[in-house]
Amino acid sequence: MKVFKLIFKNALRHKLRTSLTILGIMIAIIAFGLLRTVVTIWDSSVDATMANRLVTRQSVSFIFPLPFAYKEKIQSVPGVTQVCGAIWFGGVYKDKNNFFARLAADDNIFEVYPEFLLSKEQFENYKKQRNGCVVGADIAKQYNFKIGDQIVLDGDIFPGRWEFEVCGIYQPKNKNTDATQMIFHTDYVNERMLEQTPVRANQYMWYMIQIGDPNRSAQISNQIDDLFKNSTAETKTETERAFAQGFVSASGAIITAMNWMSFMIIGIILLVVANTMIMSARERTREYAVFKTLGFSALHLTGLILGESMLIACLGGGIGVALIFPIVKGFEEAMPKGFFPFFFVEPITIVLAVIAILVVGLIAAIFPIQRALSTKIVDGFRFVG
Amino acid sequence: MSAIIQVKNLSKSYWRNSLEIPVLHDITLDVQEGEFLALMGPSGSGKTTLLNLIAGIDRPTNGELTVAETNIANLGESALAKWRSSNVGFVFQFYNLIPVLTAFENVELPLLLTKLSKSERRKHVEATLNIVGLGDRMSHYPKQLSGGQEQRVAIARAIVTDPVILVADEPTGDLDRNSAEEILTLMDRLNKEFKKTVMMVTHDPHAAEKASRKLHLDKGDLV
Repeated sequence: MKVFKLIFKNALRHKLRTSLTILGIMIAIIAFGLLRTVVTIWDSSVDATMANRLVTRQSVSFIFPLPFAYKEKIQSVPGVTQVCGAIWFGGVYKDKNNFFARLAADDNIFEVYPEFLLSKEQFENYKKQRNGCVVGADIAKQYNFKIGDQIVLDGDIFPGRWEFEVCGIYQPKNKNTDATQMIFHTDYVNERMLEQTPVRANQYMWYMIQIGDPNRSAQISNQIDDLFKNSTAETKTETERAFAQGFVSASGAIITAMNWMSFMIIGIILLVVANTMIMSARERTREYAVFKTLGFSALHLTGLILGESMLIACLGGGIGVALIFPIVKGFEEAMPKGFFPFFFVEPITIVLAVIAILVVGLIAAIFPIQRALSTKIVDGFRFVG
Repeated sequence: MSAIIQVKNLSKSYWRNSLEIPVLHDITLDVQEGEFLALMGPSGSGKTTLLNLIAGIDRPTNGELTVAETNIANLGESALAKWRSSNVGFVFQFYNLIPVLTAFENVELPLLLTKLSKSERRKHVEATLNIVGLGDRMSHYPKQLSGGQEQRVAIARAIVTDPVILVADEPTGDLDRNSAEEILTLMDRLNKEFKKTVMMVTHDPHAAEKASRKLHLDKGDLV
């Protein structure tokens, strides 16, 4: 008989209690994994930004437009290599639940965003097609879009029926690259605005700017904003990271709450496992006295109790960690596509879950070990549980 | 024969809050190697306390206690645990077997602390269980055994490391007459055939008849 066998037998002594404890740990670890995935994915949208990109928007608010004319002026600022104007289009594809980003942008968007991988042939085709569009690989898969397909959007910000032809499907370069966007020509939108509501024509919502030297981002941002000081549309230029962080911080309270909740769950598991271990150790007070009488040392008893605590924590935690992946996958499929541009379990989530399991196993054993070691043999034999 | 247990001016007191409760007073006693000693006396006379002190599972308040040539009163916790594992076998009134382990595994427990290989441990355990007449019950769990059989497993666990001293605290106290007789016969055999020094606490005068010497304790004094 090996000591591990004894640990295993001890852990399974009260099968129902141990099973419920394992189930509790498993559910808690899955909940921890899900919450951490949401938190880390939220942060990943910031991580996906590039240091050599700036965003210029109206200083009052993101929703106010900027004139087309700003493009050339921004282009003239030393250090700026590319300027791409963009319009948030909105609209509805068949149903309001079919959410994905729809963006009118200048054609050089694929140079400013090199992580959107589009073949030269598809790009050339896109450029030629007035109502052409390029869709991300994820939504192409989700909605079964193929090259040559027609996509019809019902406009809300830009009212009317809008027809597009799929000319390209871009692939994400990195795991955290957003592949759920639909991109089309600003000219297509602007032409209709000129015809129907000229007051809304010749306007972008923001400019995406590529710079040569990321270290000069602050200086270039100031130079751009200085160009439009005291104009009717003053600008605010910031790094793409700061721009993305602005969006994330808008949901900061929720994310902070989720973050806290994920760690509170670990605290709850700790109480569950500690309770199981304390009950087990209390019931075995006489047995520990027997072990001591037979010559088992403090180290042996520590190993037995810690081993049992670790075994229970690792069994529940291990199953929980293994289930995080399919459950996150199912969660992703159940959510409207585009709600999160990407949704996957980050390695840091698994690392944190494993650390949490080990810490829970360790801490839950401390009190029972202390009790078992400090109880004298003769007191242990007198104990009536 | 030399004295394997030497007790000199041994006292033991317990403390309840700030109140000292003396249990043993100035006990002096020698037990010769190979002796079968019965320790008798009324409840609360200090029999079990004296047995616990000699077995090294409790510590005296005063006095000298040399067992198997070791002054155990001065040993540290881990040294005392190691000493117990190789010198003393303990038999309890209520057997104190580990319920999740089979008879074989219960007997094997003390051997896990030795350097014996798995096959050597198996040989020792099988031989010991055969001595106590339970060679055919090795894979049985305690709840599948009768009280007498459980006590025999406990005796096998006590002697499997071949200790020089076997201490037994009311080993027949929880058994019917027939089972008690079997246990006493077994202990007598261990004393005579295997030359174990046996020290047994008992209330039962019939059980004490098996011993070669009887001692009486009353209110903490040898009488």
